[in-house]
Amino acid sequence: MKQKYNIIRSSCVPMNRENIDTDQIIPARFLKSVSRNENFFGEHLFHDQRYCADGTPNQDFVLNDPRYSGKILVAGKNFGCGSSREHAAWAIAGYGFCAVISSSFADIHKQNELNNFVIPVTVSEAFLAELFKLIAADPATEVEINLPEATVAICGTGLKESFPISNFKKYCLANGLDDIDFLLENRDKTENWEQNRELEK
Amino acid sequence: MGKTLFEKIWARHVVQKVPDGPEQLYIDRLYCHEVTSAQAFDGLRQRNIPVFRPDKVFCMPDHNIPTLHQDQEIADPVSRKQLETLKQNAAAYNLSYFGIMHEKNGIVHVVGPEQGLTLPGMTVVCGDSHTSTHGAMGCVAFGIGTSEVEMVLASQCILQNRPKTMRITVNGKLAPGVSAKDLALYLMKEMTTGGAAGYFVEYAGSAVKALSMESRLTLCNLSIEMGARGGMIAPDEVTIAYLKDKPYAPRGAAWDKAVAYWQTLYSDIDAKFDAEKTFDAASVPVMVTYGTNPGMGVAIDGNIPAGGDKDFARALEYMGFAPGEKMAGKKVDYCFLGACTNGRIEDFRTFAAIVKGRTRHPAVTAWLVPGSWSVYRQIEAEGLDKILTAAGFTLRQPGCSACLAMNDDKVPAGKYAISTSNRNFEGRQGPGARTILASPATVAAAAVTGVITDPRTLMEK
Repeated sequence: MKQKYNIIRSSCVPMNRENIDTDQIIPARFLKSVSRNENFFGEHLFHDQRYCADGTPNQDFVLNDPRYSGKILVAGKNFGCGSSREHAAWAIAGYGFCAVISSSFADIHKQNELNNFVIPVTVSEAFLAELFKLIAADPATEVEINLPEATVAICGTGLKESFPISNFKKYCLANGLDDIDFLLENRDKTENWEQNRELEK
Repeated sequence: MGKTLFEKIWARHVVQKVPDGPEQLYIDRLYCHEVTSAQAFDGLRQRNIPVFRPDKVFCMPDHNIPTLHQDQEIADPVSRKQLETLKQNAAAYNLSYFGIMHEKNGIVHVVGPEQGLTLPGMTVVCGDSHTSTHGAMGCVAFGIGTSEVEMVLASQCILQNRPKTMRITVNGKLAPGVSAKDLALYLMKEMTTGGAAGYFVEYAGSAVKALSMESRLTLCNLSIEMGARGGMIAPDEVTIAYLKDKPYAPRGAAWDKAVAYWQTLYSDIDAKFDAEKTFDAASVPVMVTYGTNPGMGVAIDGNIPAGGDKDFARALEYMGFAPGEKMAGKKVDYCFLGACTNGRIEDFRTFAAIVKGRTRHPAVTAWLVPGSWSVYRQIEAEGLDKILTAAGFTLRQPGCSACLAMNDDKVPAGKYAISTSNRNFEGRQGPGARTILASPATVAAAAVTGVITDPRTLMEK
């Protein structure tokens, strides 16, 4: 859903595993919905780990652990690898996360997060390791993501890093604009480009 | 300085550079399947806009469709609705549509190349990560999300940051009985599952040049499994011979002109890549996977690595394997031949050659699923179906099938499936299913022996 972001400050949900693929984030059998109901996908976020076979919550899974809550998901490297399904980003947004922190993201999933107003925050391996350690010691540990500055800080520690995001995307996320808005405004440029290409042929 | 193949094609499609942002890239071909397009069409309706260039869009259902009795109504109402939605959207926006049982229907990544809809020099996208497959034709092809499908429907363009370039050169010659699938599994093991993230890969070298078109499609298909944005191979005489007379390929004078252009599509000798990797084809073994990502592979006569971190331990626990165990000789319950990775005619020829004169192991359930109706008809034309039937196998109808188990072809929890598909993720082939990725020959060998078997022991010398 379109949002307008400035500064996000929240505790985090830690998922200290690498290569979390989008099949885990939302299993294929939940992709049959033809609507974009984020609540539906949010209910099935990490379904096969979050629920036991009988449908009851798996108490060993972090989303069911009452110690952890917040608007930020923290995960190991190569987050969102595998299938391009945007349903994974819808599920993350639908659950209530507005940012994911990892040391690397799979390319397609990163783009899907951005297109759904979930901010992918790429940090160094050392920053990520420290964050996992601090959250394990104190689940109330808060992180501040400053979008205008493109920085991420662990509150009360002095640990702060900048993260990569283009000024264009920053502008879009701060103003609730998406890429389609931009492309629709630029359709005349596209038509000109098409005509020039025809002449080249 | 010279340009890479990727840069040549990309640069020809940039409409504009967004200041301090991505590039606006023009898209020549958009494919839509039923799972990732419905919400994009909804977006058009909400904005009350048409499809900008309907002639560049081709739609076909593949993910949900059953592989038996396609002439009957689909039993699962949710799957049925998803298929009907695609059909309605294609009709409403006047888009080409190859529906269920249509002679051109099949898995989108099998159909595009075999119909000549994907051509060298194009930009190709689809809401599917295995769109990287099409890069084998010498084009820039990559998977996108549904919001991006909506962008292309609305404007024929997409906003993208230009990926970095990587060349993977494979010198020498693959050993007899070692296939493109084995090469891909080997590269994934060496590169790891995220090792090419941020890069667009060009495959080069004598071992790549020597591959058939079908094998090149297999190799490029798996680019995404090492995190690459896409994979591509420069078009050559193999590509041109493959495309000649394909239904949608240019003809007559247009063909000659197209071929002349395609022949300019190669990386210049002084082109610089952001990364270069070189491998020796002779060191590529027959491969199988033992874990829960495609990078967790090992030679078929090798052992599972002795140890690793907690993620490694979790993967082995899921698979029911122990560190140090031999892969050969492990029992399998299901065999799957098919998917956009290995659902082409060459794959069925390989499978049939191994099972010919042998019999399906009674404990093995086998699903043989051609990638398209065109492949299905070719199997019949070559008499391969008779070989398969005689060996106790049944040929099913085309679709994605057990690769992601959105239809009825689900592997039960705890069972082992040896599969020519592309992903061994937890639950990929059904909740709790355990997947071992392998080549068509290795799957055939397991289908007749009931255990993981080096297919070279069953091949004619």
